[in-house]
Amino acid sequence: MASLIAGGVDCDVHPAVPHLTSLLPYLNDYWRDQVTTRGMVDLVSQSYPQNSPITARPDWRPENGKPGESLEDMQRHVLDSFQLSYAICNPLYGVQMVFSEDMQAAFCRALNDWLAKEWLDRDARLRGSIVIPTQSVEKSIAEIERCAQDKRFVQVLMLVMGDTPLGKRALWPIYETAERLELAVGIHAGSAYHNPPTAVGWGSYHIEDYVGQAQAFQTQLTSLIVEGVFAKYPRLKMVMLESGVSWISPFLWRLHKFWRGVRMETPWVDRAPLEIVRSNIRFSLQPFDAPPDEATLIRLFDHMQSDELVLFSTDYPHWQFDGLDALPEGLSPDLVRKIMIDNPHATYPRLT
Amino acid sequence: MNIQFRESSEAASPLTAKTAIADCDIHPARATRTELYPYLAKRWQHHLEIYGVHAYQGMMEGPPYPKAQPNASRRDAYPPEGGPQGSSLSLMQKQLLDPNNVQLGVLNPLNTGQGIRNHELSAALCSAINDWQIDKWTSRDKRLKASIVVGNEDGLSAAAEIRERAGDKNFVQVLLLSRNVEPLGQRRYWPIYQAAEEAGLPVGVHAFGFGGNPITPSGWPSYYIEEMVGHSQCQQSALASLVLEGVFERFPKLKMVMIEAGFGWAPSLAWRLDKVWQRLRSEVPHVKRPPSEYIREQVWWTTQPMEDPERREDLFDIIDWIGWDRLLFATDYPHWDYDEPSRVLPAGVSEANRAAFYLGNAQKLYGLA
Repeated sequence: MASLIAGGVDCDVHPAVPHLTSLLPYLNDYWRDQVTTRGMVDLVSQSYPQNSPITARPDWRPENGKPGESLEDMQRHVLDSFQLSYAICNPLYGVQMVFSEDMQAAFCRALNDWLAKEWLDRDARLRGSIVIPTQSVEKSIAEIERCAQDKRFVQVLMLVMGDTPLGKRALWPIYETAERLELAVGIHAGSAYHNPPTAVGWGSYHIEDYVGQAQAFQTQLTSLIVEGVFAKYPRLKMVMLESGVSWISPFLWRLHKFWRGVRMETPWVDRAPLEIVRSNIRFSLQPFDAPPDEATLIRLFDHMQSDELVLFSTDYPHWQFDGLDALPEGLSPDLVRKIMIDNPHATYPRLT
Repeated sequence: MNIQFRESSEAASPLTAKTAIADCDIHPARATRTELYPYLAKRWQHHLEIYGVHAYQGMMEGPPYPKAQPNASRRDAYPPEGGPQGSSLSLMQKQLLDPNNVQLGVLNPLNTGQGIRNHELSAALCSAINDWQIDKWTSRDKRLKASIVVGNEDGLSAAAEIRERAGDKNFVQVLLLSRNVEPLGQRRYWPIYQAAEEAGLPVGVHAFGFGGNPITPSGWPSYYIEEMVGHSQCQQSALASLVLEGVFERFPKLKMVMIEAGFGWAPSLAWRLDKVWQRLRSEVPHVKRPPSEYIREQVWWTTQPMEDPERREDLFDIIDWIGWDRLLFATDYPHWDYDEPSRVLPAGVSEANRAAFYLGNAQKLYGLA
């Protein structure tokens, strides 16, 4: 077993909003009224049903309430036991699912303020991601600029399955803002469910949605690369969160082949997709989607031909591994250091 | 005379040097717009003239993402007698079958009756294309074998078409496309699997099709390259659906072939399915074994377009993880992203694996050994 080292950065932990009513103190009168008068219920996404085994490890599941809603639990389960220097909070509350851009903006603002006050203020190791109302680019930028004044926010957070492919030009001002403010853009597993969760339609099962996250990440990488996001914003870092990692190389081999074949269609893509990924895109470690054997792991990392792509994550409180076995078998001590410390710091310049 | 003599002697030497291969993805085309009319009732001929095919996409003609080449096909594959690429048997023989010593060529017609909203028209067109495959292709060249094209959205009429053709040695598989109204594991498609299993025919799932769903789970992308790359994501989702709906468990003799969507993604998908199934199997009790086992036993892959690693030998790891007995060589003739048989495999493959890859696996799967 590769040994954990102290001082690591956990790039994907999920503090849970206990209930929509927890956000009421962070909403203005109008939206507080809307929530209560209309009888709105808790915004829990189908991506993570509260009692699904994947949503919380058995020994991380609290007796009452949502997994991940207690800071003390998070401290005990990951911050202390993994001896972390930092953990980046990526709230997965279902604010992206609503269709009104005004409501989405109000909820995002409340969620970000809630995160700062109820989590970042209470543990100096915690850092935050800015959840944005992607249905309005203008409102997204306003929210990024507002939150970015607080240096503890190190990233902008979007879902991998939203209204449009992420490379679409309409979204570029978001990336311009992130690059200017030295924020990484994190793309997390999950859907707003504004489109079917697979490219071949609606499946029957939760497990199908979860397996399908990997395909969603693949299509987003294609979109981001071929639309030219990184030609336009070369300093922008994007992080694929809870994406899986074993698909990366074969996917890029395919994209590379077609890019060579039809690059006349997207002439602004001035570097090979593989190079773009190596310089601008990172992936969180968990869920590590390969068999637990050293030989396979060594081949997978060798295929990537880079030790800079992967960032340490526990995906707390989701159930991806047991005990402290967050690092798969076969990582060298050098690679562990890169994954746990060097790569996260190189990706998140505001992480100080 | 001299010229003819030189041509034939030059052609003969590579021919004898080349080992026989199978090409498991050939696309035959119609030479004219009305070439299927002799196989269609008058009613449907009129219907097509007035209303068109009314597919699950907006264009009356042509694809919504313009291809990189006319008809997505090689510019050197236009027949001298006219018509689009892939529409001439004699040119196919001269460009593909003869020089590459193709012993078994599997026809996968596209732009047929699949992906059409009027399901009656869909069934009529599919039946017509099946008759046409025999008349124009398989009866004229014994190396060629046809696929039973079925109206994909109406499982019952599709099953009827399969039963009608079952036992006809012109056909070696049933053909579906990856993109349908619903993921392919859904119950509406089960009659197709049942009939194919009964007939002892593999079901090929070719990349492409129209089912009305955006080709990403975040909506419609901008470019042809996104659609092309996206076919492998569609195929992954379709295969995950087949496993998770229990299709392989329910039809244990069913064999499925993933066509023209690459195969590099297969190990990762199987690992991911296994890992998540360990956690969530209580949701899908009908999936009784680790998903990778069903895939290993019941799924094959055609090779084209082969993933193209920077270090070509990295591909061997992927093939080792899938199994050398599961890949079927394909060129995709006459499409522009054709894989050339002599160039696709890096050096260093054992003779047994090479033989299985180019011919043996296909002969065994299609019962032509």
